[in-house]
Amino acid sequence: MLAKRFILLLLLVMPALVQARLEVTVTGGAEGALPIAILPFGWEGEEPLSEDIAAIIKADLAASGRFAPLSGKQLVGQPDHGGAIDFAAWRAAGVETLLVGRVKNSNGRYQVRFQLFDVLRAKQLAGYAMPTRAPLLRRTAHQISDLVYEELTGERGAFNTHITYVTVEDVAEGERRFRLAVADADGFNEQTILTSKQPLMSPAWSPDGKQLAYVSFEARRSVVYVQNVISGKREKVAEYEGINSAPAWSPDGRSLALTLSKDGNPEIYVLDLRTRALRRITRHSAIDTEPAWMPDGNGLVFTSDRGGKPQIYRVDTGPRGAVGRPQRLSFEGRYNARPSVSPDGHHLAMVHQSRSGFQIAVQNLETGNLRILTDSRLDESPSFAPNGRMIIFATERRGRGVLEAIAVDGSAGQRLDLTGFDVREPAWSPFFAE
Amino acid sequence: MKQVWLFWGVLATSVMVSGCAGVAERDGAGEDVVIEDIDDRAVAGDARAAGARMDGKFEGSPLDDPESPLSQRVFYFDFDSSELSENDREALVAHGRFLASNPDVSVAVEGHTDERGTREYNLALGERRAQAVERLLSLQAAAEDQLQVISFGEESPAAMGHDEGAWSLNRRVELLYSGY
Repeated sequence: MLAKRFILLLLLVMPALVQARLEVTVTGGAEGALPIAILPFGWEGEEPLSEDIAAIIKADLAASGRFAPLSGKQLVGQPDHGGAIDFAAWRAAGVETLLVGRVKNSNGRYQVRFQLFDVLRAKQLAGYAMPTRAPLLRRTAHQISDLVYEELTGERGAFNTHITYVTVEDVAEGERRFRLAVADADGFNEQTILTSKQPLMSPAWSPDGKQLAYVSFEARRSVVYVQNVISGKREKVAEYEGINSAPAWSPDGRSLALTLSKDGNPEIYVLDLRTRALRRITRHSAIDTEPAWMPDGNGLVFTSDRGGKPQIYRVDTGPRGAVGRPQRLSFEGRYNARPSVSPDGHHLAMVHQSRSGFQIAVQNLETGNLRILTDSRLDESPSFAPNGRMIIFATERRGRGVLEAIAVDGSAGQRLDLTGFDVREPAWSPFFAE
Repeated sequence: MKQVWLFWGVLATSVMVSGCAGVAERDGAGEDVVIEDIDDRAVAGDARAAGARMDGKFEGSPLDDPESPLSQRVFYFDFDSSELSENDREALVAHGRFLASNPDVSVAVEGHTDERGTREYNLALGERRAQAVERLLSLQAAAEDQLQVISFGEESPAAMGHDEGAWSLNRRVELLYSGY
């Protein structure tokens, strides 16, 4: 399982690119988070390692909100393997969970070994030896984060995944450059897969993580494209008269829900990617847009202002289109839009207008309860991590667009700031196909 | 005062539009988009080439007369609204009549929004605003093939900035004439 994921990611890394300067800030403290000692990884090479593996794991786990990595002075030793741990000393220091590891180099091939310990019982919880190479050390560190996270929480980690987003920069008077980029989930290893002088928006990952659908204005109007992330090959899939926008892949990857206004005003359709047949889902004179699939593929949530203001609705779908009438889901506040469904189908993330602006909120679909997660004023484009525990979104800081990832319980987060760019429209990748 | 401001606004818009057309011609088709790492770069040309040409060949056109109601080419809206003011409606009646009596002239009706709210909803809202303008033009018997409705949502702001000052300038429909 691990090996296959590894190969796909390796392919993704290949095109060399200019790196924008990335500033990552972990925000918020985590109450009730599990303290964990993550020790510096041992390394005997002459040159220092290109990446600080322990630091990457610490940042991953802290940003999840579920762990509180201990700081340097709380560490009472520097063992890099299990045999060197003085359990009594760590117990006395109040440390219950400990991660140690080291990196070995044999002729340019690296091996990263790590061990996770329950200190109180002096018991190893997990231990792996992972082959890697220097350019892939960050990836290996994220894989370790995933294994530690899963071992300690019982849930799959989403650190070794990707994000896509759009950046904008002013290149000359009245001329902007838009880029569609793909990066690691923590914002590192950015690669550009498309540049345009005209706006790009709404990138959406296919369920296998190999393709992106997006909207490009390169023809001075909205057109939906599907592009293979690895080969760069792309094709137009919707260029009807009017708006062609808001693509969302069905869970089986065979069709795209999208918004077309070819029949006069924005309606939601499902496009079969193989036959190119369209199924119309909504019929209303109001705006219907921003479709997102329920994880079972049998329904869509979307934004509509059929009640006067934008709110979120749900419609069941079948082979011939909508089944029954759309039901309104959001009731709190006068503006709720851009729904994103959690992978388990239990929660909706959305953009919610409060008195102080537009924030990210999460609604429990069973109870209807709405929680506002952020306190900024121009939040947009929420997207769930594939394990459902984090949400990435776009916001504005000091006049520029930045991305933030926040724990769904609001406990912690991470800000990704690509200096020199306006960053927007993030979408978190799925787990890659096994 | 407002009239004067609008006049300069229109002038500025015209200069900007003809400037864009020039740039697009020099660049030629296919230069605007680069897909990284693949050979197929054949993409649609930049439709900015369809922008207005203010080359003075048709001096005396009411479109060039700063005193004419046709000099108003930008129409502003409230947040999440596509309602036009009474003054704007009057100006649009003049545009509609002009189009009806000049069937060779066509106009792009571009709808825009401010940055607040979501991008896809705003794309739809920009279209609704442009359609509100289109409807008034059609009522004066402007033909369907003279009118091209395009929405850019919040993607092409006229004013940068993240406050009401910028937002009020961005919630707009612009009329871009060509072919006269």
